Amino acid sequence: MKNLFFKLQSYPLAWIVLVACLIALTISALSPYFLTVNNFSNLMKQVSIVAILAAGQSIVIISGGIDLSVGSVLALTAVTIGWLVQNGVSPEIATVCGVAVGTFAGFLNGVIIAKGKIPPFIATLGMLGIARGVALVITGGVSYQVLTPLFLFIGNGKLFGLPIPIYFVIVAYAATHFMLSRSKFGRHVYAIGGDESVSRLEGINVDGRKIAIYALSGFFSAVAAVVMVGRLASTPPNVAFGIELQAIAAVIIGGISFAGGRGIVLTSFVGALIMAMITNGLNILGVSSFWQQVLIGIVIIAAVWVDNIKSARRR
Amino acid sequence: MPNQTPLVRMENISKHFGGIQALTDVSVELFAGEVVGILGHNGAGKSTLIKILSGAEQADSGRIFIGGEAADIQNPNDARSYGIETIYQELALCGNLDAPSNLFMGRETESLGLLNKSYMRSETDSILAKLGIKIKSLDVEVENLSGGQRQSIAIGRAVYFQARILIMDEPTAALGMEETKLVIDLIQELKKSGIGIFWISHDIHDIYSFTDRVAILKGGRNVVTCATQACSQEEIVSMIISGIPAPSLLKDRPMAAAANTA
Repeated sequence: MKNLFFKLQSYPLAWIVLVACLIALTISALSPYFLTVNNFSNLMKQVSIVAILAAGQSIVIISGGIDLSVGSVLALTAVTIGWLVQNGVSPEIATVCGVAVGTFAGFLNGVIIAKGKIPPFIATLGMLGIARGVALVITGGVSYQVLTPLFLFIGNGKLFGLPIPIYFVIVAYAATHFMLSRSKFGRHVYAIGGDESVSRLEGINVDGRKIAIYALSGFFSAVAAVVMVGRLASTPPNVAFGIELQAIAAVIIGGISFAGGRGIVLTSFVGALIMAMITNGLNILGVSSFWQQVLIGIVIIAAVWVDNIKSARRR
Repeated sequence: MPNQTPLVRMENISKHFGGIQALTDVSVELFAGEVVGILGHNGAGKSTLIKILSGAEQADSGRIFIGGEAADIQNPNDARSYGIETIYQELALCGNLDAPSNLFMGRETESLGLLNKSYMRSETDSILAKLGIKIKSLDVEVENLSGGQRQSIAIGRAVYFQARILIMDEPTAALGMEETKLVIDLIQELKKSGIGIFWISHDIHDIYSFTDRVAILKGGRNVVTCATQACSQEEIVSMIISGIPAPSLLKDRPMAAAANTA
């Protein structure tokens, strides 16, 4: 039994999928409603935004950094889209502009971290305040309605029977996984996360890579914002408040090492799914949302504990 | 040898960090097929000197000639383009990556915009075989290998990318006796193939047997550069400590001085 446990450690995706399955089985044993097509579709919609953010966050964490600004950048993107649509810009162009603004915010994070030598925690904490603040300034705190066909389709449409946000998630994870495992950029992300000074000495353009990494995280935040605007059909400037912690938790629960240099992005999706299942399952079972927070907190600590066992075995 | 064009000539190199003068007018030369030991205590300036050659630091003043031509080395990539490769004591490899990833780090081979993993793997396999380096698996993260094996991979990397000039910063400091021998044997092979090697050390006993010349630094100044066999180990130790050239060298002072300022 103990051997099996350790063997599974070398297959991080198999391991975390097994954990997710156990959780799903436990909840469905308690409530027949949990494993229904309807609830599953619901769950996927709920998980989509955190999952997209977690994909970007995974790249950042594997590179040895952290991005606390993703929720605020999401809000800034959403508000930019809402404000442009309100002022007569077509939803398509507004979306492109919004995504550009979100990516630019991430790019700024990267420049501050790489060129300004500000630790990622501090730089993105600053951006967390700045992006949210700008979103509030633009709107004066008002939420815009965006009831256009594009956003209604993104939020409520289906393709081949699956809600549209799921496709965003699939593309985000497929692209990220491919990038991390097959491209030079991906290899450098792992190298920088493993040892930044070695990477620098071996001629990797560490600063350039970091800027790209945080710009990419900004881009993922902006893509999550598009899904969010679709789901809400409006752009409240306080949207997604505190969601960065959920994104980081999803990455950690999935099993990517917080120390950087290790892990695969697909586990972050499962991590996001586990959190969503716990919330969704406990809602179905009628457990108070206060207890849900306690449970998720325990799951996060347990995940890091498992990660510690893994690194202890490496030494 | 003195009639050849040196592989490397560092001329009047000075460097300060804030108020600290790390190097003052240091000059050294390295010829093909030669091992030159750079000796000194911690803070003598040997690492700074070598970082300037490897592109990790820039000199405040002074010039570098590679093969007789003035060289402009602003970063590690510039240094590599001159055929300069550096082996660090511990900073050599990313422990979380496997041997091929480390060997090709920063110079990954791509085909159609994607990493060409199978090519990098087979190239790693053949260069390690060529140098007689045995590791248990190419797929294991290198932090699971021994120090000597890791250092061998770093040397294999330098050889693979056709280094003409090898900088070794205390490469055996963290190694046991057997493993140190492995590295030194490897160095003898490289010497024969005409590679010039700077070997940084703080202990003459480690490098007395296989260096051709030694450059002794103290307080950021070049005390003396001489043929290793021209002095006893004791004399070299006392020069490292005192910073004063040994009396036996003063007899042929013109030569020693010439080596210093040439």
